[in-house]
Amino acid sequence: MSLDSDTRPASFWFYTGMKGITSLPALILMTSFVGFSAFALEAGISRGEAMFMTFGIWALPAQMILVGMMTTGAPLAACFLAVTLSSIRMMPMVASIVPEMRTRRTPTWLLLFASHFIAITAWVFALRTLRDVPREHRAVYFLGFGLTLTTINTGIVAICYGLVSQFPPLVAGTLFMLTPVYFVASIWATAHHSVVKLAFVVGIVGGPLMALVAPEFDVLYAGIGGGTAAYLVDRFYIRRRRRAGSAR
Amino acid sequence: MTEAWWWSYLVIAVAGFLATDIWRWLGVLTGNRLNEDSEALHWVRAVATALVMAVTAKLIVFPTGTLAGSPLWLRLAAAGLGFVAFLLSGQKVGVGVAVSMALLASGLWWLGF
Repeated sequence: MSLDSDTRPASFWFYTGMKGITSLPALILMTSFVGFSAFALEAGISRGEAMFMTFGIWALPAQMILVGMMTTGAPLAACFLAVTLSSIRMMPMVASIVPEMRTRRTPTWLLLFASHFIAITAWVFALRTLRDVPREHRAVYFLGFGLTLTTINTGIVAICYGLVSQFPPLVAGTLFMLTPVYFVASIWATAHHSVVKLAFVVGIVGGPLMALVAPEFDVLYAGIGGGTAAYLVDRFYIRRRRRAGSAR
Repeated sequence: MTEAWWWSYLVIAVAGFLATDIWRWLGVLTGNRLNEDSEALHWVRAVATALVMAVTAKLIVFPTGTLAGSPLWLRLAAAGLGFVAFLLSGQKVGVGVAVSMALLASGLWWLGF
């Protein structure tokens, strides 16, 4: 499926990545940013600030937290701490996609730049599509997608700020649910390894459970603890049994 | 706020951009050392997936905004039955999403939202 070399130029793959903007996850994300611009206006954040946040942070949960902190006038250090704790998940997300995105010759600065555009939606998009792109063009392909998606959503915030004060409740509620429901189906569909399916189940059960037990660090406990548990069970039970089964 | 206009931009740059991108850069530096299909990458994949699913499940179980006033059973039924439809359809993501949305919208309508 994935070719080692390809005659089409890098610009072709950049453009192919740009076309990902019409994919289902990209369209779903745009509705979320329409919602964010309404939220920012309500919270008293200016249009310019909301745009700067969208392009500069590019992670909706972190943006919501920062808006909340800024409106209560929290000190800079407190804002930094709250946002950085919510963003720790970026590290394993980026680390898990980088080995698929680079070749031995891909410069690190290009990966550092491209990593800014990784958030959950782009991560899911990369999991689904990178395999079909020749390895040497994957970083450029992803950059085409990420740069376009981020720029367009910054534009959406610019235009929709003050335009949409609120959706009707039925529409707002259904739109809110679109994102998690899409993630559930598409992440399962892209799970090629048994360990990913196991971690999927552990995360989905562990997230809400941990929110009841330890609401401050729930996602970290469910993610790092649950992910590690899933890995250990997969390595020492599932894979061992499968090996024993195939040896028979 | 009484500070100069640029103060809030500085807060966003430091407490937003820097606070988030530090982890992305660390992810690149770590990921650069991982080989495809190494044991370490298996573990990183497991942690990343569990983290993302924990965030996702929290959105369904503890939503904000309008959905916060909707019953939990409706959200769980819409998400769960949508996932079953997704599996039955041979893992067509569009089918799962459409079934979940239709169930949630009709449930919300029936409850008078």
